Amino acid sequence: MSQDPLIIAGRTFRSRLWVGTGKYQNFEETRKAIEASGADVVTVAVRRVNITDNKSDNLLDYLDPKKYTILPNTAGCYTVEDALRYSRLARAAGVSDLVKLEVIGDERTLFPDTAGLIEAAKILIAEGFVVLPYTNDDPIVAKKLVDIGCPAVMPLAAPIGSGLGIRNPYNLKIIMETVNVPVIVDAGVGTASDAALAMEYGADAVLMNTAIAGAKDPLMMATAMRYAVDAGRLAYKAGRIPRKLYATASSPIEGML
Amino acid sequence: MQIVVNGEQREVDEPLTVAQLLQTLHLRSEQVAVEINLKILDRGDFLTWNLRNGDKVEILSFIGGGSPRRAEYKG
Repeated sequence: MSQDPLIIAGRTFRSRLWVGTGKYQNFEETRKAIEASGADVVTVAVRRVNITDNKSDNLLDYLDPKKYTILPNTAGCYTVEDALRYSRLARAAGVSDLVKLEVIGDERTLFPDTAGLIEAAKILIAEGFVVLPYTNDDPIVAKKLVDIGCPAVMPLAAPIGSGLGIRNPYNLKIIMETVNVPVIVDAGVGTASDAALAMEYGADAVLMNTAIAGAKDPLMMATAMRYAVDAGRLAYKAGRIPRKLYATASSPIEGML
Repeated sequence: MQIVVNGEQREVDEPLTVAQLLQTLHLRSEQVAVEINLKILDRGDFLTWNLRNGDKVEILSFIGGGSPRRAEYKG
């Protein structure tokens, strides 16, 4: 699939599977799962360092910056102010202007606060950030995000960590037809078929964390997701047959006795 | 002097630069962001920036995410 790169804001990505780094048992498992997934974009959160345990490792020791694009998120931010603060801290802690912007609206659903998202995105874009917004499966919001300068949109498939799969394929399809930037389906994937479906619908990439980290065997699931995303992408490009109500024989009638 | 580091009160010797503070905490400057009294410090200033009595210092780094937990760090 290396001949089919994903390009966002002038950056070229080899893999169409993006992965989060949360919820793993340890950094070694994180590293192995990411390697198995084939992802080259990995999301991270920004938090206080542990200043009492001097020997605690840093996640960055396990992620080769030459191999991976580190995409900081603003997970856990419920206000525009917090999202801005964490974005700026992420830029100061890292090396790039990339941010996966999340403004969460509600603790139970973790659905995005899309009004806050647009407000925060505008400010960050003006400050030179490359804003990849975690948004709802709402085509109008997606269009607004693109209009203000987001070089991609990241609509959810289902609530974060829910594993419910794609709840509204029609809205996702409308988003893909509405915006002229890459659409990365983010959150809610449960298993490989969900990822394949997202890609078959025409998503440019899929981002997931819990589906891999929470699987009984994260490394095996990471591999499954890698194949699923590749298979879905190939099927999308190959073009599926139309659905029909009745059968069409595959074998010719001629030559029958 | 007294400073607050990540919410924890600390007695430290004066003078103390941000780079020196990171060193005593065994932290690598290229892996962290430092905020002093709500203002983010440029990494290039770590070596020369002297901390002052009463400073509230936040040191942050990348961790595994997106975990859906609420952010622990509130300023």
